[in-house]
Amino acid sequence: MNARGTVFKYGDNVDTDVIIPARYLNSSDPKELAQHCMEDIDKDFVNNVKEGDIIVADKNFGCGSSREHAPLSIKASGVSCVIAQTFARIFYRNAINIGLPIIECPEAALEIKAGDDVEIDFDSGVITDHTLGKEFKGQPFPEFMQKIISSEGLISYLNNK
Amino acid sequence: MGMTMTQKILAHHAGLEKVEAGQLIEAELDMVLGNDITTPVAIDVMEGISRDGVFDNEKISLVMDHFVPNKDIKSAEHTKQVREFAKKYNIKNYFDVGQMGIEHALLPEKGLVKAGDCIIGADSHTCTYGALGAFSTGVGSTDMAAGMSSGRAWFKVPGAIRFNLINKPSKWVGGKDVILHIIGMIGVDGALYRSMEFTGDGIQYLNMDDRFTIANMAIEGGAKNGIFPVDDLTREYMKEHGATGYTEYEADPDAVYDEEYTIDLSKLRPTVSFPHLPENTKTIDEVGDLDIDQVVIGSCTNGRISDLRRSAEIIKGHKVADGMRCIIIPATQEIYLQAMEEGLLKIFIEAGAIVSTPTCGPCLGGYMGILAPGERCVSTTNRNFVGRMGHVDSEVYLASPEVAAASAITGKISDPDEVMA
Ligand code: SF4
Repeated sequence: MNARGTVFKYGDNVDTDVIIPARYLNSSDPKELAQHCMEDIDKDFVNNVKEGDIIVADKNFGCGSSREHAPLSIKASGVSCVIAQTFARIFYRNAINIGLPIIECPEAALEIKAGDDVEIDFDSGVITDHTLGKEFKGQPFPEFMQKIISSEGLISYLNNK
Repeated sequence: MGMTMTQKILAHHAGLEKVEAGQLIEAELDMVLGNDITTPVAIDVMEGISRDGVFDNEKISLVMDHFVPNKDIKSAEHTKQVREFAKKYNIKNYFDVGQMGIEHALLPEKGLVKAGDCIIGADSHTCTYGALGAFSTGVGSTDMAAGMSSGRAWFKVPGAIRFNLINKPSKWVGGKDVILHIIGMIGVDGALYRSMEFTGDGIQYLNMDDRFTIANMAIEGGAKNGIFPVDDLTREYMKEHGATGYTEYEADPDAVYDEEYTIDLSKLRPTVSFPHLPENTKTIDEVGDLDIDQVVIGSCTNGRISDLRRSAEIIKGHKVADGMRCIIIPATQEIYLQAMEEGLLKIFIEAGAIVSTPTCGPCLGGYMGILAPGERCVSTTNRNFVGRMGHVDSEVYLASPEVAAASAITGKISDPDEVMA
C-alpha cells in the first residue's frame, strides 16, 4: 500500500476543536464534516486539498476531545496519511479504527515542508520526500493494526475475523 | 518487576497473569459509555457489524448531555436516533432530559462505575472514574460500537508516571489547582500514552469531588488514564451511591514508573491556565490585571456539589460585577436539587448570576454562553483551545470554582482571598 501527495504542514498540539469545531458536530456525515476540516487553523485547507494529499505536523496531533469526527473529516477531505512527531492517543486509535493511516516519525515531521511532494510505503514505514530528495524511516504498524487499516477499519476487520 | 495499579486492572480484564507496558491486549469491559454527539456515529458504525445486538444491555450508558435539551433541529434528530436505539436494544442506562446530567458526574453518582472496573467511553473525559480506582479511558465512536457489540476493546498497556501528593492544601486550593499545576509542569503531552497514578498522604485531604476533578483532567496532560488508590472516602462514596461488588487493586511495591514527581500540596497557590492551552499556567499571584466578560462554573470538571458550595461561600453577600455574565451549571439533577435545598441557588441568583439546567452547554462552545470576538471568560471547565467557547478570537481562562466565583464579583481574574478579606 502506498500514498503520494502534497504536504500541508502544521505545528504542535493541533487539537480536535480546530480540526473540526464543535459547532459542526450536529452532523455526523463525513462529507459535510470534510467541508469544515481544519477551518479554525487553516481557512484555505478545504479549498486546496486534493485526493491523496498528506498532513504533516509536530507534537501531539489530535489532542483534546475524543470526537471521531476529527479523523473522519480528515479522511473524507481526501487526505491519505497524517505524519506527526507524536499523536494524542485517542486520535491515534480513532484514526486506526476508521482506517486513516497515520505514522509517527519525528525526523520526517521536522524536515518535511509545506508543499513538498511526499510518498509513503505503509508496509515498510519508509517516507520519501521527493522535493527534498530524502528518505525517512517511520514506525511500521504492528501486524494486527496493519490488518485493521487494510480492512478499512476496525469494523470490517472484526467482521472478517 | 511489579505492575502499576492500571496494569493490574488491565491484566485481570484480559485474563492474563501479567502485562507490561507496550503490550497489546484485548480486555473485557464493565461499562461502555456514549453521549449525544458520539453515540449517533457509533450507531451508524454498528449497522456495519455483522453480529446483531449489544453484549449486555446493563453495561451500556447513553447520556444525552452535550447539546441537550436539544439546541437545534440537528441535535434533536441525533437525540431521537439514540433514544430509538436505546429502546430497540432495551438499554437500561439511557439518560434523557429529566434524568440526565453531565455524563462523568452522572455515572459515579448513579453507582454505575466502581473501583476495579475497566471502562471505555466515547468521550475523552471518561478518565474521570479513575478517582474511584477504576481503569477508564476515552475512545472514539468506532471503539464504542465495537465495545457495545462485543464487550471488548483493544489496548496498548500503558507505562505510568507517579505523582506523590504530600501535605495539606491551603483553604482556597483544591483539586483543580492540583491538576492545573501538574499540567503546567509536564505539558499537554507530558503523560502521552501513559497513566497518571496518584499516591501519597496528601490524598486524604482531597475529597471525592476533588479527585474526580483531578482524574478528569488527566487527558489534558495527554494521559490514557488517571487513577487514585481506594481508601475509606472512596468506599464511603461507593456505598452511598449504591456501587457494590467492586475490587480494590493496589500497585505492586516494585512497580516501575517512567517518572516520579512529589508535589507538596501545602505550597500550591490558586492556579489559572491562560489561552490557548491548559499547560499555560500561572499562579493567581502572577496573573496581573485582566478584565473579563463572563464566568462559567460547571462542567464534568467542576460542576459538583462541593464546587457549588465553595463558589457560594465566596459569592454570598456580594453582587456579580457590572457587565459580567455569570453562568452556573450544576452537573446533574441531583446536584441541582441538593444546591437548591442548601440555598445555594438563591445565593447565586440574588448575586445576579444565572443557574441553568444540567448540560455541557458553553464548555465546548455548544450553546448558552458563547463568546464574541475579543471576549474573555474565566471558566471552571477543562479546555481553553482556540474557539473552544465561541469565536476564534475569544479567550478562555481555566480556573477553580473559587477563583471563578471571586472573578465574577470583581470583574477581573481574582484571588478568592481578596474577596473574602
Ligand atoms: S462538560 Fe465539557 S468536557 Fe465535560 S463532557 Fe461536557 S463538553 Fe466534554
